[in-house]
Amino acid sequence: MSAEFFNLLWYAGMAAVMLLVTGFYCVLATYNLVRVLIGLEILIKAVTLLIILAGYLTGKAALTQTLVITLIVVEVVVMTVGMGVILGAYRHYGTLDARELRKLKG
Amino acid sequence: MGPRMKVDLIILAILVISALWAVMTRSLIRSAIGLALASAVLTVIMFRLSSPFAAVFELSVCAGLISVLFLSTISLTHPMTHQEAAQHQRERYSRYFVLPYILIVIGIIFAFVQVRPELKLPPAAAQTEVRVIMWNLRQVDLIGQAIILLTGVFGVVLLLKEARKK
Amino acid sequence: MVSLLILAPFFAAILLNVPFKALRERSAFGAALALFLGQMLLMIFPKAGLWTFPVATLDKFFHFPLRVDALSTVLLFCIGAVLTATLLLSLRAVPQDERRLNFISVLLLMQAGMNGAVVVVDLFSLYVFLEIVAVSSFILIAFDKHVHAFEAAFKYLVMSVVATALMLLSIALILLVSPDTTFSGISASLQGSPNSLLVTLAVGVFVCAAFIKSGLMPFHGWLPDAYSAAPAPVSVLLAGVVTKTVGIYTLLRIVIFVFGFTLPLKNILLAVGALSALAGALAALAQTDFKRMLAYSSISQMGYIILGLGCGTPLGALGAVFHLFNHAIFKSLLFSNSAAIESRAGIRNIQEMSGLGSRMPWTALTCAVGSLSTAGIPPLAGFWSKFIIIIALWMSGNYTYAVIAILVSLLTLAYFLYLQRNVFFGKAKDTFNKIEEAEFVILLPAIVFSAITFIVGVAFPWVWNTLLLRLPSIFGA
Repeated sequence: MSAEFFNLLWYAGMAAVMLLVTGFYCVLATYNLVRVLIGLEILIKAVTLLIILAGYLTGKAALTQTLVITLIVVEVVVMTVGMGVILGAYRHYGTLDARELRKLKG
Repeated sequence: MGPRMKVDLIILAILVISALWAVMTRSLIRSAIGLALASAVLTVIMFRLSSPFAAVFELSVCAGLISVLFLSTISLTHPMTHQEAAQHQRERYSRYFVLPYILIVIGIIFAFVQVRPELKLPPAAAQTEVRVIMWNLRQVDLIGQAIILLTGVFGVVLLLKEARKK
Repeated sequence: MVSLLILAPFFAAILLNVPFKALRERSAFGAALALFLGQMLLMIFPKAGLWTFPVATLDKFFHFPLRVDALSTVLLFCIGAVLTATLLLSLRAVPQDERRLNFISVLLLMQAGMNGAVVVVDLFSLYVFLEIVAVSSFILIAFDKHVHAFEAAFKYLVMSVVATALMLLSIALILLVSPDTTFSGISASLQGSPNSLLVTLAVGVFVCAAFIKSGLMPFHGWLPDAYSAAPAPVSVLLAGVVTKTVGIYTLLRIVIFVFGFTLPLKNILLAVGALSALAGALAALAQTDFKRMLAYSSISQMGYIILGLGCGTPLGALGAVFHLFNHAIFKSLLFSNSAAIESRAGIRNIQEMSGLGSRMPWTALTCAVGSLSTAGIPPLAGFWSKFIIIIALWMSGNYTYAVIAILVSLLTLAYFLYLQRNVFFGKAKDTFNKIEEAEFVILLPAIVFSAITFIVGVAFPWVWNTLLLRLPSIFGA
């Protein structure tokens, strides 16, 4: 195994882990629903990076590209529906603050 | 560490920094722009890792479509007034300031812990053309994409429909 | 022919939405009923010629690597049955207009997704179909558009995407050692791979993702809200089959067929299963909302299934699959009862109800059958599946877990007795004087499911013989 190989794996892996942590932190620390979606998007980017990396390192770039294309399509639909839920909630209740919404419950 | 490696490291650093900025910035619009920037950087990384098709998809969909979606959602829901924003900035700082330190700690851990697992690579892939894989070998995924797109369309229509009697 | 399981609902959903309005709304219900009921009946007669019916033109266009084995058959039956129940309940819960058509279209797409998830042979395709089911769930939970529904749907969305990210992380790690993402390819390479750290990490992360999607403790945060805030037919669907397909089936499939049983994995399964079973039962005791109590009861029963899986023996896996089937039947039954009560009395708070037994006799009877089956009272079906799991735990040496399982059974009996006493017995309150039994359409699923539970339980020796024949095939092809 060449040193280049491992270096790339290591540093890109580190970047991916940092992105994962950033994404999780964003989801946990925010009160705004839209920012939660942004945090989720960052998580997905981290995972996309890792899949492409795995493909590049093991010579399966074609397979991982196909997987990533499917992944992007699926996640954009999930995000769209998520924004639909947010807009629906906003239209009915006028606020996007999770704390305000929680106060509306009995 | 050759020059190619150094360029890779710089690009990875820009990726992490733009994601960090997207989380920590106060304004939602800047957050969405930060996300689009991170997608663009990821596109560059994918080009360098010999995945041009995926890179183009990522650029057009994530840096384009999702940013448009986020910006339209943000603008449809009231942004804060100026005074509210300034007060909010002080309050949210206490929640977010830990994050860069956590990332620096992770960086230090990775720099000093060097685990070198022996990876036995699997045999080289039989099929190396994206076109063949996508349309011939993984048709199930294509049907899945078609189904989920239709579901998404229904979802948006249903969730945003106004109630007739209000 | 197998691909029709996915394609037929998909095309039905498309066809139902082309122009010609009047035709659509009238035929929507019939078409959906045909598909759901047909799927259920098809699974009862698996040797029928329909399976091998060569659809030559179809094969020319679509080449799908799909496979239906014993595990898939059980799930396909549950999917068909619970979808039929949901459809019947929606006749009253969703008003007849555009919205019913949209509801049925999303149900059809969810059927396509769930069918796809149980018949694919590739890990990534499994992820794609699980996402289809997830997106349909978000839409259906938020269908009523009140604040609880939006909040529950959003919470479920967040946890689902987090679980997805973990699942994909695991796939990325697996791609480093495996030639592709098919089940056979992965299991072959995992056996021959010397990198235990990478493999352990990949397996652990995937199992955590499956736990989040199943709503097992400690990742159950989304489940009580989602089950109780969804409209009545959607709760039946979620509790009866969605969480099972998405979470429990994934665990069963990957642990038995892909990752194999290793000692740390078995310990994790046993620990999480016991935690969910115990904590779920204790939480259920404290609830006052009918649906929330049923939600925590679901968590508890799914913990039971995972306990059975964690034994690592064929008997344990058999118990797990049998309890999965039973739970789909009796939990759908109980949620149907809750729908009936809600449609007539309009409330869900147990402490406000009393004496409904004299007013709604059929609902009371079927609810009693469902409760006793969940608690594991012989000769109903629930007793047999719990018995098999406890025996499997004992035989594989996990004595503490077997005792915990018995304890949880007692707790289950406790909270269901509390439920029955408060809701059905006692004097009927004055406000309930005008209540009559729920309509036949709403009662029908409850009656059919309680009949199934009763028959499977009483005729258990016969069931055992047919199941015994299928036992090796759970581990074979």
